[in-house]
Amino acid sequence: MRDPRRVFADTAVSLVEKDRSVAVVYAEISGQFFGAAERRHPDRIINVGIREQLLVSVGAGLALTGMRPILHTFSSFLIERAFEQVKLGFGHQDVGGVLVSCGASFDTSSGGRTHQAPGDVSLIDTVPGFGIHVPGHPDEVDAVLRWAVAGSGREYVRVHAAQNSVAFPVTPGRFHVVRKGSRATVVAVGPMLDPVLAAVSDLDVTVLYASTVRPFDSRGLRESIDHPDVVLVEPYLAGTSSHLVAEVLQHLPHRQLALGVGRTELRRYGTPDEHAAAHGLDPTGIRRSITAFLSARAVA
Amino acid sequence: MTTATARTDTRTGFGFDDLPALLSRMTGDEKHSNAATSTLDVVWVLYDRVLRVSPDTAQDPHRDRFYLSKGHGPMAYYATLVAHDYFPVEWLDSWGSFNSPLGHHPDRTLVPGVEISSGSLGHGLPMAVGSAVGLRAQALDARVVVLVGDAELDEGSNHEAMEVAAALGLGNLTVVVVDNASTSYRVPGRIAARFATEGWDVTSVDGRDHEQLAAALSRRTDRPTAVVAAVEEKFS
Repeated sequence: MRDPRRVFADTAVSLVEKDRSVAVVYAEISGQFFGAAERRHPDRIINVGIREQLLVSVGAGLALTGMRPILHTFSSFLIERAFEQVKLGFGHQDVGGVLVSCGASFDTSSGGRTHQAPGDVSLIDTVPGFGIHVPGHPDEVDAVLRWAVAGSGREYVRVHAAQNSVAFPVTPGRFHVVRKGSRATVVAVGPMLDPVLAAVSDLDVTVLYASTVRPFDSRGLRESIDHPDVVLVEPYLAGTSSHLVAEVLQHLPHRQLALGVGRTELRRYGTPDEHAAAHGLDPTGIRRSITAFLSARAVA
Repeated sequence: MTTATARTDTRTGFGFDDLPALLSRMTGDEKHSNAATSTLDVVWVLYDRVLRVSPDTAQDPHRDRFYLSKGHGPMAYYATLVAHDYFPVEWLDSWGSFNSPLGHHPDRTLVPGVEISSGSLGHGLPMAVGSAVGLRAQALDARVVVLVGDAELDEGSNHEAMEVAAALGLGNLTVVVVDNASTSYRVPGRIAARFATEGWDVTSVDGRDHEQLAAALSRRTDRPTAVVAAVEEKFS
């Protein structure tokens, strides 16, 4: 399978080649993918060095002149380190831009906490107007980036190393119905789909796939619900989208289980798979949580 | 020394000598009034003699841009924009109130002619670097002039920007530092030396002298330019 981060870089370069209003700004990270194109387009592929505040503000400044900027570095530095630059440079100036991170919650698991960012989605969700995309396949990375750059809004694309075996069409604002069941609805976000499908293979539940979580497909969720029990499985902080599920079901007695990365700092290195298991996000952990959730209802 | 500019705007009839009357229409808290005055001559000279922009070209891609990074103390800025007919003089009377577009920090989405929303320090110069890159990439012969305060340079984000602006050779970028010696850890001469070390074209002027300001602010080379405009010390 192709490296999703490489796919991002290749697509970004092809967009720069095709459209003179598109620019890429990065901060050393992923420079190995941009070097050759940077020599061809030194005014529109810009490495600012290890300067993440500048990275974000340069993107905003480009947008102020009518350019369409793509900003890129690790999630921990793009969103968390330079958060006020995101809030004021894009939100308060009210300009558009496409922010693309790699590293996700713990792709750099052996690097420790400094390179892990399970809170990035929660954080950027506080800035008005950001679409948030969590592509679950290299084809989706390519498609959502092309879609985002063709528009004029504020978009955050979170590129994960872990990917699903099958790509879905990119339809921002619409979830896909992957399978129908009757006992609960499970919303799997981005690369959580394959582990979720493995976890619920013999359970009678509906599975929805979301590669865009903002806007959240409230209508799609409402229409898919036979039984008002919802399980949310997100590859970042647990509960990040819970308030939107609660809003959909506000007039219905309902139950919700929110799975995701836990709040306690996990002071471990190792592999991303080991971290997923530690947060209960591997098929075994997801199955254990969903089974307990369904049986708790039966007991009550 | 103050060298007043005699010219008046042909549409409003307001000139530099009318600015005190315009300022007096605004009531702000004491904290902001001194800072507003420190920028008065710089902002006036920019709009009167340097920038190629007018209310008619305020959306033109070819216009020169002025970024007031030091967003606190915007009274001189608002008064200058009124004098040049960007918005009605009556707006000054209610500034800072709930229904006024004029806040104690300017909002680009509310005020005609305002290029950036500012207030939090250390954002204007980094954004100006991006805009200078953007203008160059689009082959637009426009420039970006950004006003910062000497204490604003405390913010490290400015130093990221001044290093990269020089490395990229942004000759369409000018920073004017209004230096009223308000930073807590002042080193005399540091500002000019800092920009010079990074390879900027640096000029130090009297921030109240319109001829010196006009000459320094009009200067363009193949490097970014910094103008250090000294005014009265804030705490003297």
